[in-house]
Amino acid sequence: MSSLDGKEPPPPQMNIERVSLSFGGVKALTDISFNIYPSTIQAIIGPNGAGKTSLLNCISGLYKPRQGRILFEGTHDLVRLAPHRIARLGVARSFQNIELFRHMSVLDNLMLGRHVHMKSGVFSGGLYWGFAQREEIQHREFVEHVIDLLEIQHIRKNTVGSLAYGLQKRVELGRALAMNPRLLLLDEPMAGMNSEEKEDMARFVLDISEEWRTTIVLIEHDMGVVMDISDRVAVLDFGKLIGEGTPEEIRVNPLVIEAYLGREHGEAMPA
Amino acid sequence: MQSGIFHTQYAGDMSMRPTWPMRWRIVVVILFVLLFPWSADRYWLTLANQIGIAAIGAIGLNILVGFTGQISIGHGGFLAVGAYSAGLLATRAGLPMWLSVPLASLTTAVVGAFFGLPSARLKGLYLAIATLAAQEIIIWLLTHGDVIGIAESLSLPQPTLFGLDLTANGATDFSFYWIILVCLAGTVIFTSNLFRSRAGRAFVAIRDQDIAAQVIGVDLVRYKLLAFATSSFFAGLAGALTAHYRGIISWERFTVDVSILYLSMIIIGGLGSVSGSIYGAAFITLLPALLNNIGRAMGDTIPQINIYLPYVQQGAFGLAIVLFLILEPEGIVKLWRDVKDYFRLWPFSY
Repeated sequence: MSSLDGKEPPPPQMNIERVSLSFGGVKALTDISFNIYPSTIQAIIGPNGAGKTSLLNCISGLYKPRQGRILFEGTHDLVRLAPHRIARLGVARSFQNIELFRHMSVLDNLMLGRHVHMKSGVFSGGLYWGFAQREEIQHREFVEHVIDLLEIQHIRKNTVGSLAYGLQKRVELGRALAMNPRLLLLDEPMAGMNSEEKEDMARFVLDISEEWRTTIVLIEHDMGVVMDISDRVAVLDFGKLIGEGTPEEIRVNPLVIEAYLGREHGEAMPA
Repeated sequence: MQSGIFHTQYAGDMSMRPTWPMRWRIVVVILFVLLFPWSADRYWLTLANQIGIAAIGAIGLNILVGFTGQISIGHGGFLAVGAYSAGLLATRAGLPMWLSVPLASLTTAVVGAFFGLPSARLKGLYLAIATLAAQEIIIWLLTHGDVIGIAESLSLPQPTLFGLDLTANGATDFSFYWIILVCLAGTVIFTSNLFRSRAGRAFVAIRDQDIAAQVIGVDLVRYKLLAFATSSFFAGLAGALTAHYRGIISWERFTVDVSILYLSMIIIGGLGSVSGSIYGAAFITLLPALLNNIGRAMGDTIPQINIYLPYVQQGAFGLAIVLFLILEPEGIVKLWRDVKDYFRLWPFSY
């Protein structure tokens, strides 16, 4: 299952180095360091308020950490870059509370995912015929691949705001995917879904990982899903990294067990 | 009755008017605007020209407010920039109209982008107040013309186009009808194209969800300024056309009232809609004219009506906005869409 099994690990695609983030006096993240390896599914888990989304926001540039570095592909320090620059490097994401462009069609939402790959501006767009039209058609073809992969052909032209919750989640994944990203950040893509929808979503995530070889960082609360599909798991609790490793290692990590299940009164703090 | 639309080519699916009923409707509209001036008298031509100019300005404002979601109460000021720069280019530099109008529009685009700078930090009502400041600054400069060396009002030379005297035989309204029509058609086509391509989609993305727009790679500051510039370009075009059409301009035509008037045009017509901007411009221009005519017609039987007419006009204007906001907040364009939807399935509309 894991693409790291029995092989020398490749150089990490992302080095998160000693990242700390605080809001006023509240420490959201404290000294987080771990690596994300190319073409793997990296899960981030932890109780509510552990700082999972904050970490994702640091990676996509919406939050600026107080200290630390986030190196992407060895050379780019994401901490110094604006969100749109980070997107241009090939980092895409979905949000926990769906942040789609509600009044636009599914197609337009996905075409916006192609924004960084397209060139036409206000002037060539206004003239349209010629360059802009050729470009639109070319990128429409790519978007149709995404539509096929996610099986949303029937809602292409629907306004996003009118779609059911599960479909909106799928469209949001599609928009991130339309960017043809090198790193895909998914913030609770299965939250609020029934088990059938969850299975679909897990299948899409695995498809993307296998067919596109995209690195996926996944925040998820459903432990069954996390243990099944991820190659590596990072566990946050109160803004601290309390465990990182393969699902098997995490399953037996005493700190993780304590964070999730608590410890019995009088029991000694595990080392 | 239509049962579905099928395309075998992406170009066909992405075209502006993909179905035959849509194409026939536009042919009817084109025939009407081409034949209209030959049968209309001066009164109707003047009204048509006012609507055309207002529509250009309203489309411009809609690009900013309706599509990009950045409120501006400064568009009266931007119209003034367009009018005065066209006037100055024509009088001081002696430029012909075909040069002064586009140059004035470009000047306004630059000025608009400058006054759009606060949008990098401000949103919603705060941005509205910042653009109100732009409006007041521009009007202050015009009323204190000695500061920048211009008079409060400006007379333009007789309008000519490529050597043709546009005022010959009192045909000013007739010849300007065609100039305004070409400009309006250009504005409509440009704007419709813009919003089915990359930059326009980025504008709408900023309106709907600016954080997500950033994360998919839209440079917010850049695109907000581009929206301000594009929007002001068309405001400048409307202003420059007004200047040449009227032949005389003064700052009173471009006060904050005008900004509000344009805002009500796009609200009544339909935010985020090109055709809605035209409907709104027509509505706001025709409403006072209609009330005038009714007043005149009733003037014979009720002589006192002329005293109250101005108040009735103001009241009717306010009432129209309130009624639209309550009954059809999406504007005239939504009414028209409902009519089309009804007849699409007619007579089996259950």
